[in-house]
Amino acid sequence: MSVTAGLIARGARVEACRPWPRSIVDAVVWREAAGHLARGALILTGLWGEPGRIHLALINADYSQPAILTLDCPDGRFPSVGQRHAPAIRLERAVADIVGLVADDAPDTRPWLDHRRWGLAHPQNGSGGDAAGPAAPYRFLAAEGDSLHQIAVGPVHAGVIEPGHFRFTANGETIVRLEARLGYVHRGLESLAAGAAVERAAALAARASGDSTVAYSLAFARAVEAALGVEPPPRAHWLRGLMAEFERLANHLGDIGAVCNDAAFVLMLAHTGVLRERVLRACAVAFGHRLMMDRVVPGGAAVDLDPAGAAALRAVVGEVRRRFPVLVALYDETTSLQDRTVGTGRVAPALARAFGAGGFVGRASGRAFDTRRALPYRPYTMLEFETPVREAGDVDARLWIRIEEVRESLNLIEQLLADPPTGPCRADPAAGGGTGDAKGAEGVALVEGFRGDVLVWLRLGADGRVDRCHLRDPSWFQWPLLEVCVEGAIVADFPLCNKSFNCSYAGHDL
Amino acid sequence: MPMFTVLLESLTGGPLTEPAAPLDDARLAALATRLDAAARRRLGRSLALRHVDAGSCNGCELEIHALSNAFYDLERFGLRFVASPRHADVLFVTGAVTRNMREALERTYNATPSPKWVVAVGDCAFDGGFFAGGYACAGGVDAAVPVDLHIRGCPPDPAALLEGLLALMESSASP
Repeated sequence: MSVTAGLIARGARVEACRPWPRSIVDAVVWREAAGHLARGALILTGLWGEPGRIHLALINADYSQPAILTLDCPDGRFPSVGQRHAPAIRLERAVADIVGLVADDAPDTRPWLDHRRWGLAHPQNGSGGDAAGPAAPYRFLAAEGDSLHQIAVGPVHAGVIEPGHFRFTANGETIVRLEARLGYVHRGLESLAAGAAVERAAALAARASGDSTVAYSLAFARAVEAALGVEPPPRAHWLRGLMAEFERLANHLGDIGAVCNDAAFVLMLAHTGVLRERVLRACAVAFGHRLMMDRVVPGGAAVDLDPAGAAALRAVVGEVRRRFPVLVALYDETTSLQDRTVGTGRVAPALARAFGAGGFVGRASGRAFDTRRALPYRPYTMLEFETPVREAGDVDARLWIRIEEVRESLNLIEQLLADPPTGPCRADPAAGGGTGDAKGAEGVALVEGFRGDVLVWLRLGADGRVDRCHLRDPSWFQWPLLEVCVEGAIVADFPLCNKSFNCSYAGHDL
Repeated sequence: MPMFTVLLESLTGGPLTEPAAPLDDARLAALATRLDAAARRRLGRSLALRHVDAGSCNGCELEIHALSNAFYDLERFGLRFVASPRHADVLFVTGAVTRNMREALERTYNATPSPKWVVAVGDCAFDGGFFAGGYACAGGVDAAVPVDLHIRGCPPDPAALLEGLLALMESSASP
C-alpha cells in the first residue's frame, strides 16, 4: 500500500470528493503525514484552510496516488507542517492570514498576504474578524555580520513586470541573503469565487495568472466536471490540448528571449518576440482571443475551431519550425551569453525534490514530474511526448528545458492537428445531472501549465454556485528556491536568475 | 555563424513593422480638452511611459510587452518605457488597484513630475473588472489617482494600446 493510501485508510473517507480520495484524519495521522513529507516519502501539493478545518494535498514520492487529508480544528489550531517541512511555511502563513487558522509551533508567524490594509482580518472566515489595526513594520529575516548593507527593491519595479518586494542583504556586490515579500497583487480571488455562479468563478480562475489562463481554466473546468461527474466530448479535449500547448509555446518563446535579454543579448528577444507575436495572432484567428482567455469552460470549450483557424495554427507551427532552430543555434554558439547563464543561479536537485518544484524549475534540477504524464488526462493519454530533464539546475538548464519543451509542444500540436475528432465541443449540461442537485460535491484537478502544476480544488454549493474553491500556483514551490539560488551570486545576476524562474506574482497572491 | 545568419536574414528580409491604425477622432477630442497648450509645447512628440502593475493578472503586461516587438515597434512614435517615475510623463497603470498596492501607486504618481498623464489599461483598471467589490481591491485606477485615458479590454490587444497612446500623443502635441 502506498503512503497516501495508508494515510487515507486511517481516516474517515469523504465520498463527495473526486477523483482524489479525501479523508478526515486525527492529529496523529496529520503529524505522521508531516513526517513523511520531511523525509521525502510524500510531496506537498497544497495546503489550504476553511473555517474550522485544514486540508493537505499530497502525492507519493513516485508521483502516484494523490490524496487529500483533512484535519478538523474547532479551536482554530492545527499542528504545523511547516515546522517539519519548510515548503509548507508560506502556505501556513497564508492560511493564518486568510482563514485565521493558526499552525501550532510554526517556525514563522509573520503575516504573508495580509499587509494590514484590507480593513478586516481573515476574510475567508465566516465569523469575520476585526480590522487588525495598523501594520507593524515587516521584519525581514536577519543577516548579521560586518560590512553588510541592504538593498530594497519594489513593489514597483523598473521594468514592465508584476509587483513584489525583494530585500537583498549584500556584502559589496555579493548577495548574502535575499528574501521576497509578496501579496501586493492579492485581489481576494477565492473569496470572490465563494458563493459565485460557476461561470463567474470560472472567469475569475481564468484571471488568476494571465499568462496561464488556459491552464487555470482547464484545472477549474476539470474540477467542476469531476464534482458533477460530467465527461466532456472528445473534441473538447482536443481543443483544450491545442490551447494548452499553444499557451506553453507562446510563454516559452517569450521567456527564452526575455532571459537572454536580461543577459543583455537583445537580439534573441527581438526574434523570439516575433515568433511569440505570430503565435498569439494565430491563436486570435483560431480561438478568438490572443491569450485564449475564457475559451476553456466547465463542460468543454467555449469555441470550436473552423478550417480557417486550423490553417492559421498549421501555418504558425510551420513558421516556428523554420525559424526556431537557428535561434537555438544562436544561443548554443554564443559563448559570451552562456558565460552569463552557465553555472548561474544553481538549484540543487535535492532542494527541487524537497519543494516539489514543478515546470522548468524542477526539470532543470533533475525532477521529472510532469502532470500530463504522472496524473494523465485527456488528450495527453493518447499522445506521444517526452518530458525533458536536466541536472545542472542553472539558468542555462532552465533555458534548455524551455527550448526542448518548445519542440515537444510543436510535436503535440502536430499530432493533434493531424487527427481532429468530430462532434460537439461542449458536454450537454443535462447529461451529467446538471448543477442543480450538486450541493456538497467536490472536485480536484492538477494541470500542467507552462510554469508547472496548477492545483484547483472546489466544493459546489446550491443552485449551480461554487461554495468554496482553492487555487494553488506552481510558484508557491519555486519562489523560495529563487531566494536560495542567488546566495553568493552578484546582485547583477538576480534579474537573470529571476527571469529564468519567471514565477507568477498574481497566481501566488490571488 | 548563427549570429551572422540571423543578422543577414534580418537585413534582407524586410521590416515586419506595421503602420499604425488611424486615430479615433472622438477619443482625440476628449483628450485634447484635458491638456493645456504649454504642456503640449514642452513635450513635443515624445512621451516617456512608466508602467505600474497595481493588481493585474499579468495579462495586460504581456500585451504591453508586445508593444515593443517588431510588429508594433513603439519607439518609432517617440514613445518609450522608462525605469523610474521621475523620468516619466505618463503612468501606464494596470489592475484593479489592490489595497496592498494602493500606497505604492500613489507614491509613484507623486514621484512623477508634472505635467503628467495617467492611462488606465484594461478592464480591471477601468472599474475593478471581475475583482470589483471585494475586500482586497479599491476598484479602478481612478479610485487612487486621477485618470486621463482609459484603454479597455481584457486585456486590450497591442493595437488598442497603440491607438490609445497615439491619441494621447496627438492631443499633447497639437495645440
